[in-house]
Amino acid sequence: MPNRSYTRREFIRNLSLAALSGLSIPMLSSCTKEHAEDFLQKHFLEMTNDEKEALIARLEARYLKKYGKKFKVSAQEAIPNTLWGYGLDLSRCIGCRRCVYACVDENNSSRCKPQSQWIRVIRLKKGSLIDLENSEHYYNPETVPEKDYIYMPVQCQHCEKPPCVKVCPVHATWKEPDGLVVVDYNWCIGCRYCIAACPYRGRIFNWADPNVPPDKWNTSVHYLGNRPRMRNVVDKCTYCIQRVRMGRYPACVEACPTGSRKFGNLLDPQSEIRYVIENKRTFRLKEDLHTEPKFYYFFEA
Amino acid sequence: MQRIAFTVLLFFLIGVLTTALAKEVGEEFSVPPPPFKEGMYPCSSCHASMETNRKKRDLKDEHITIRLHHAEALRWCLDCHAAGNRDKLRLYNGELIDFNRSYLLCGECHGNVFKDWKVGIHGKRQGYFAGGKRTYLLCVHCHDSHSPRSKPIKPEPPPYTPKDRMNAK
Repeated sequence: MPNRSYTRREFIRNLSLAALSGLSIPMLSSCTKEHAEDFLQKHFLEMTNDEKEALIARLEARYLKKYGKKFKVSAQEAIPNTLWGYGLDLSRCIGCRRCVYACVDENNSSRCKPQSQWIRVIRLKKGSLIDLENSEHYYNPETVPEKDYIYMPVQCQHCEKPPCVKVCPVHATWKEPDGLVVVDYNWCIGCRYCIAACPYRGRIFNWADPNVPPDKWNTSVHYLGNRPRMRNVVDKCTYCIQRVRMGRYPACVEACPTGSRKFGNLLDPQSEIRYVIENKRTFRLKEDLHTEPKFYYFFEA
Repeated sequence: MQRIAFTVLLFFLIGVLTTALAKEVGEEFSVPPPPFKEGMYPCSSCHASMETNRKKRDLKDEHITIRLHHAEALRWCLDCHAAGNRDKLRLYNGELIDFNRSYLLCGECHGNVFKDWKVGIHGKRQGYFAGGKRTYLLCVHCHDSHSPRSKPIKPEPPPYTPKDRMNAK
C-alpha cells in the first residue's frame, strides 16, 4: 500500500511520545521540585558525599517546616574496626521498662496513635526460659520484680546473618560495616516482608506519621537512625546509631536502673562486652536459626 | 662496695615508689559525687565537738532514719566510719579513705562484685565509652549502704494491646 499516510514508524514514535508525556504529568504538574528530587533520589549506598549533603539539607529544611525544630541530621559513617555487640544480664533485669521509654524518647518514636516501641520486655516463668510462646509483655503489677518471674527485654538483635535483609525486595535495609542493621526510610516501600522474616519481632511498622509532643523531639538525629519516620515505613532498634558512632552509650544502657545492659565493641579485647562473653555464661536468642545475633544474654555466674 | 649497695637500694626504692604510685593511679575511677543528703556532709561539723561513744546502741536523737540491715549482728557504725575523723571511711587495715572512694570499702567483703564493677559489668557506666568522659556510679548510688538490698519499684506502663493501640489516650 504505497499511499498509506500513517506508517508503523510514525505510530511507534507517536505512542512513545504520548507515553513519555503521560508519565511526566505527575512529575511536572502535581509534584513540586522537592517531590521530584525525592522520587529521583539514588540509593543511599550509591550516593556521593555531595549528594548526601544535599539530601540532608533537604531533610533538615523539611523537618524545620513540618515540626518547627532545627534538626541536626548526621550521616556519619561506621568507625573502622568496630563491631558493636550488646550484653544483657537476665539475673539483674527487673522488668521495669525504663529502657523502653528511654528508647522512645531518644529515637523520636510515636507515643500513641500508633504507639511504637522498639524494645519489648517479656515476662517468663522462672525455670521456663525457652517457653517464649507463653511469655507475657502486657504485665502490669504494682511493683517489680515479681516473685517466680524473670524478665527478658527483646529488641533488634543485629544479626550477622539477618533474615530481614535477605528478604527485602528493594534493598532498603542492610548491614553496615560496624554490624548495625539499618533501614533507609526513604527507600523502604513498606511491604513488611522483613517484619515477617524477623524471628525476634524486632521490626515495627509505622501505620501513621509519628505522634510526638512538640517539646519532646530529639533533634540530634542520624539519617539511618532516629530521624522522624514517615507513614508506611519499617523502623527498628539501631543500637542508637547516632550515639554509638560518637562513642556514647545507647540510651537504654544509660537508662537501666539496675545496670543490666552492657555495650561495647566486639573487636576490642578491653571492652565490656568481651569481658561478658569471656567470663559469664551467655546465650543468644534462638541460636538454632543461625542468624548469629550480636546480642548476648548472660547471667551472673 | 658501699656505692653498689647504695645504688641497689636506690633502684629498689624507686621501683617500690613507682609501682605504688602506678597502682594508686590504676585504682582511681571517675565517679560522680556521693549521694549525700542535704546538710549531711561534712560529718565533722557535728561530730567534731562530740565525744566518741563506741557502744552499740539504738540511736534516739540523730540518724533515726538509718535502719542498719547489712549484717547488722556483726556490725556497728564505727566499723566503717572512722571514729577519729568522721569525714572519712575506714578500711580493715586502718587506712582512711574519702567517701568518693567508698568502693574500696565495699570491695573488702564483696570481692567478686568489686572485680566485675571495676571492668564495668556490675553497676553502670555512663557517658562516652570512647573519646569522652566516662563515669562510674558508686556502689552507694544504687544501694543504700546501710540496707543494700534493692527495693521493688513501680514499672512503667505496658504497651497498648492491639485492641486499644489506635485509640489510646
